[in-house]
Amino acid sequence: MKADAKKPVKKSSSPSMIHIWFLRHLQVAISSLGRLTRSPIGTLMTATVLGIAVSLPAGMWVMLDNVKQISGNWDAGASLSMFLKADTDEQQVDELIGKLKLMPEIQHIAYVTKDDALVEFQQFSGLGQALEILQENPLPAVLIITPTLQHSTPLQADLLLKQLNQEPLADLTQLDMEWVERFHAITEIAIRAVIVLASVLSLAVLLIIGNTIRLEIQNRHDEIEITKLVGATNSFIRRPFLYTGFWYGLLGGLIAWFLVTISLWLLSGPIEKLTGLYQSQFRLDVLDLPTTVVLLMGSAFLGLAGARIAVGRHLRAIEPD
Amino acid sequence: MIKFDNVSKRYTSGYEGLSNVSFSMEAGEMAFLTGHSGAGKSTLLKLIGLLEHATRGQVMVDGRNLGKVKSRQIPYHRRKIGMIFQDHRLLHDRTVFDNVAMPLIVSGASRAETGRRVRAALDKVNLLNKEKAYPITLSGGEQQRVGIARAVVSKPPVVLADEPTGNLDPELSKEIMELFLQFNQVGVTLLIATHDIDLVKQMNQRVLTLGSGQLIRDTTNLQEAF
Ligand SMILES: Nc1ncnc2c1ncn2[C@@H]1O[C@H](COP(=O)(O)OP(=O)(O)OP(=O)(O)O)[C@@H](O)[C@H]1O
Ligand SMILES: [Mg+2]
Repeated sequence: MKADAKKPVKKSSSPSMIHIWFLRHLQVAISSLGRLTRSPIGTLMTATVLGIAVSLPAGMWVMLDNVKQISGNWDAGASLSMFLKADTDEQQVDELIGKLKLMPEIQHIAYVTKDDALVEFQQFSGLGQALEILQENPLPAVLIITPTLQHSTPLQADLLLKQLNQEPLADLTQLDMEWVERFHAITEIAIRAVIVLASVLSLAVLLIIGNTIRLEIQNRHDEIEITKLVGATNSFIRRPFLYTGFWYGLLGGLIAWFLVTISLWLLSGPIEKLTGLYQSQFRLDVLDLPTTVVLLMGSAFLGLAGARIAVGRHLRAIEPD
Repeated sequence: MIKFDNVSKRYTSGYEGLSNVSFSMEAGEMAFLTGHSGAGKSTLLKLIGLLEHATRGQVMVDGRNLGKVKSRQIPYHRRKIGMIFQDHRLLHDRTVFDNVAMPLIVSGASRAETGRRVRAALDKVNLLNKEKAYPITLSGGEQQRVGIARAVVSKPPVVLADEPTGNLDPELSKEIMELFLQFNQVGVTLLIATHDIDLVKQMNQRVLTLGSGQLIRDTTNLQEAF
């Protein structure tokens, strides 16, 4: 009887139930934020510690992104040098270039004739006239082959090298890539370092927020006890603390964003000067929108998780008596 | 409404706060719980509010065996029981209104309903003009009345009071007891622990007497009770 009487009421009010649920969460979210603003200095201090912890991996990540951008430019310059046999004539060279140009792996071919090579060598070696003593030009003609971007990775370039070494007209083909390989290895290490750093500092963020929430729970011991006494569920009691953790995380993320942006801005002058010397097109990238979103969401999520852990551990210990 | 069946409570210290207590109260009944200090009055009330669990025997409240209530159901059990304490247990950083509203807020009542019910409860304890005050600015008797308003605001079927007049002068104590009588008249089951024998004598109600954890008397005959 009782259940029957209740059912229709519940059904008809179900959309507004969601509405009420949402309103209640909003209320708790706002009141938790309000509570934080009531002790602005303490809140800001905690949030700044969080911000510094988050900004380290975030800043490194952005720098790494910038370095990868440079390495992108360098990769495009990675090349293979094909030294041709001494008795190769011009027609054979033309045929060879035509054939190589058809290969999808190859983007560009520059032909350095024997004479060009000699001139270049004279200029750069400083030997100048000394070479004129020689009866014959000892230098071979060279094809400088630039692979497409996809085939610039160490692995792909090596495959291409093996293929080019089959060429009967080639005396020797060299891959000038050792430094590129090293560079890739270093970037790889740096990425790992950032991941390790991010994990360690995430743990630090969890601990800082966990400890902050633990103190907050202690401060509100009486309130929690009395709330339990009048029949509050655990999730009701948990909610404000979870929102507090969330706000701390988000605030820390915002501070991290500012720290990284300011640091990049301070660095951009000197770096542009430095790269200008090398006529590089390099421009220092700031935090873009996706990175910013990931930074803020990740930080807020860490805050929530830290609070959840602390709340799980410490709320249970408070029981009214 | 409340039924104790051979209930014992042994604290972790090994001390037996209650031993083999059996009694029952019908819905709408009112009773006083007396006994010397340390007799187990508070312990008995805590078992009803599930602030403690019986170590032996069975406590039934509103047809429910409290031994079978899972910890996540405890909040819903407590909503059926209004509790009043000697030390009031009010929150000093919240207004009288907010203190009284707590049981309604935790059970998710709407704002309009909360306002209406809180004012009705404050009206009953004669504190309607103090709703915006902070508890610290109120007298002991007024604070106790705020505690009472909080206990009855959600209209629970059972109200427990542990030494509700402990710190009050006889005049105020009498006033509070009148309040309890009024609640009882609208069908609330009331169990009131108190030292104040003079007051109990004036009230002419059922009296349960504890001695060293045992129920030594259960009578409505006041001559017999003291
Ligand atoms: N948490 C506890 N741990 C161990 N012993 C306890 C605990 N709570 C109460 N006791 C003991 O149980 C006995 C009964 O305590 P209880 O508080 O129920 O007495 P009471 O009748 O309410 O006394 P009073 O009138 O002084 O309030 C006392 O001897 C007390 O020392
Ligand atoms: Mg007591």
